[in-house]
Amino acid sequence: MADHRPAVGVVIRRSALVGVLARRGVQAAGVAVLVSVLCFLVVRSLPGDAAYRIAAGRYGYDLVDQETADSVRAELGLDRPVWQQLGDWLLHLLRLDLGRSLVTSRPVAEEVGYYLLGTLQLAAVALTFAVVLGGAAGVLAARRPGGIVDRLATAWVAGVRAVPPFLLGLLLVVVFSAQLGLLPAVGHGDASSLVLPALTLGTGLSGLVARVTRDAVVEVRQSEYVRFAHTKGLPERLVLLRHVLRNAAVVLVPYLGVQAVILIEGVVVVESLFAWPGLGHSLVHAVFWRDVPVLQATALVLALLVVTINTVVDLAVLWLDPRPRRLEASA
Amino acid sequence: MRTLLRARALAALPAIVLAVTGCAGASARTSPTDTLRIVGPFEVHSLEPAADGEVFTRLQVTETLVTSDLDGELAPGLATQWSSSSENTEWEFELVEGATFHDGTPVTPESVVAALEKAAAETASPLAEVPIDQIRPEESSVAFELTQPYLTLPAVLTHYSTVILAPASYDDQGRVTEIIGTGPYAVKSVELPASIQTARFDGWRGAAPAIENVTFQSVGRAESRALMAVSDQADVVFGLEPAGRQRVEATDGVGMESSLQPRTILLKVNAAHPVLGDVRVRRALSLALDREAMANAVLREKELAATQLLPPSLPAWHPDLEPLEHDQEAARALLAEAGWTPGADGALQRDGVPLTLNLVTYPDRAELPALATAIQAALAEIGVGIEVEVTNSSEVPARQADGSLELALIARHFALVSDPLVTVADVFAPEGSDWGVMNWSDPAVDSAVNALLQGASDAEAEQHRATIVRTAHEQLPLVPVAWYRMNAAVSERVDGFVLDPLETTWRITDLQWAS
Repeated sequence: MADHRPAVGVVIRRSALVGVLARRGVQAAGVAVLVSVLCFLVVRSLPGDAAYRIAAGRYGYDLVDQETADSVRAELGLDRPVWQQLGDWLLHLLRLDLGRSLVTSRPVAEEVGYYLLGTLQLAAVALTFAVVLGGAAGVLAARRPGGIVDRLATAWVAGVRAVPPFLLGLLLVVVFSAQLGLLPAVGHGDASSLVLPALTLGTGLSGLVARVTRDAVVEVRQSEYVRFAHTKGLPERLVLLRHVLRNAAVVLVPYLGVQAVILIEGVVVVESLFAWPGLGHSLVHAVFWRDVPVLQATALVLALLVVTINTVVDLAVLWLDPRPRRLEASA
Repeated sequence: MRTLLRARALAALPAIVLAVTGCAGASARTSPTDTLRIVGPFEVHSLEPAADGEVFTRLQVTETLVTSDLDGELAPGLATQWSSSSENTEWEFELVEGATFHDGTPVTPESVVAALEKAAAETASPLAEVPIDQIRPEESSVAFELTQPYLTLPAVLTHYSTVILAPASYDDQGRVTEIIGTGPYAVKSVELPASIQTARFDGWRGAAPAIENVTFQSVGRAESRALMAVSDQADVVFGLEPAGRQRVEATDGVGMESSLQPRTILLKVNAAHPVLGDVRVRRALSLALDREAMANAVLREKELAATQLLPPSLPAWHPDLEPLEHDQEAARALLAEAGWTPGADGALQRDGVPLTLNLVTYPDRAELPALATAIQAALAEIGVGIEVEVTNSSEVPARQADGSLELALIARHFALVSDPLVTVADVFAPEGSDWGVMNWSDPAVDSAVNALLQGASDAEAEQHRATIVRTAHEQLPLVPVAWYRMNAAVSERVDGFVLDPLETTWRITDLQWAS
């Protein structure tokens, strides 16, 4: 009997894995087409003359008049029928060619890739900070619900959620950069310039992570299998690592997935405060300049990132969740 | 066992990432003694000279044939001298001897012609406006053959879109892939859109500058820039807002420099509008504006209140005129004369029609919407209703084209090339201008502009300039509101910093490290 169990388990896991990947693959393709078309239509319906905005993005609006706008319109073929322009973009997308920016004339893939890297770096480090700070606070708070640590953690949650990231960022800059001189205020050079923006985002997020971790840990600790683990004489540390944290992570990981998506899409303010080149920055410029290819590509990348993150979350939960083994037992 | 390993791996992961990012943390406030750190709000999105070329000219990486000095007068750049034929249809620019590009190749008349032809093909470059028949390389000079006389050609050639780049700067489709200029500094690295590093170019034909390395970093938020200025993370910081300026002034080791910019915030008026066509109404609107209070509230400096169209930093265009005044009574009297009388609710009306106007502005400059609402409040006090519409800057030319524009609050730069005449001629074009007058022309102004374009000089030119400014002052087709000041926070590590009002270059070669 013992010899068969891993094999059955592997089969179940593999079929679940294939299911997740297939479902997410179809989702990604659908999202790509939908987002592209929507972006295109939304930019089309924005007020103002697109050729004029593009010209102003290129040359600065001081140097732009109707004549320049007309020459941009002719150069980019903006007066062609809408369906033709959209069809062109979709055809190129099929060939994985994202085209060139209307404003900077640089390849879109190159430009968006650069900002994507910046965003991913920032989001990854910010999430790490959030998990370390929030996770530690949550686990400590859960040791004695209602105790001093728990109350302090609750105050922390409320505090960091109440401070807007912009203010928090400025405070961090004033303390760590202007006063202590430990870290550069802004920039995108060495690794040290990443710390303050990531800390700003991570601190804001750590409050909620702490809350979710605390609740999950409290709940798991009261469960029968944890009590059983204690009863069978496992040391506290092992119970925590093997049973409590792992089961709490099943709750925490999907939550972090959602937060990662929010981090990637919603960090425009922090990016601009720290002059950090990320997708939010690129998105704002693209909207302002009516740079349709960059906008479409950025939105596409963001949409695919959401799908990717959800896939990773699904897989991580599949890996973490002990319940499929219980399925095996009943099989 | 696998479970335990996984749990340990999970627990260890954050610690590893933290260690990796944390270990590089302690190196922030090192002031590299040989590097000048410049911070500004402008981003560099493209290497094309017509797009973001001004940054490279200001960093003294690229050069134009002609440049301008601190007084806005023409000065030799890559050309040592220039002359024109008697009809001003042929111009010759003598190139400086011994100039080399940063890749070591010599600057030849042919390479100069190639770069200029590219600039002339860019619609956005002022050079595209010049009626060029051909540009010809000569033995040690370049010659322009024009189809019509064009006296301001040397001034146009101060514009950053006309910089001379090495042939190797372009790819096979004519796009700029690398900035290979001729200036005293050469590009070491560029990371679009935010950072540029340059170093002294050993092959520079002039005296070696004192500053060896320069970095430029673009920082969008004024708050962040101010913090960098006061915490010694930058040596020169451009574009501080009032709160940041106060902070810098209260900090030791860093000071503020400022200079009036040749830019005016003004109300563009549709002079063919049934209401605004009446010069008395335009004068009344002007009299209703408390410019000092507005400049003080929005720009935090009451000296920026405009007393006439062009600021005193352009002395040739700033004649002695009676300053624009704030006088509500006079404004009401003028409006009454034009038939507008207060109704029951105090709002002005004529034949039962209330006096309400639409004012368009755009958010590209943060102070414009704020000033627009200040204007709205000021005009409400004399009973004129204003509907403020903050929209795209493209709406201004679009509504000019279809005639629906009433009032627009715009910021106009008057010295895009070193000679304001080029911009003034456009602003007062009799057929109207996207960023100038609308449905307004005046024979005296036309003939003065034409005489200046034909090369009037000295006292005669002064008289023509005065005619243009005075007529505009009286007729108010453009109602001046405020001027602009640009500022920079400069570290005491640096000696010899001077702000060039035209921002042609940042004059890094004049700087020295304070001993």
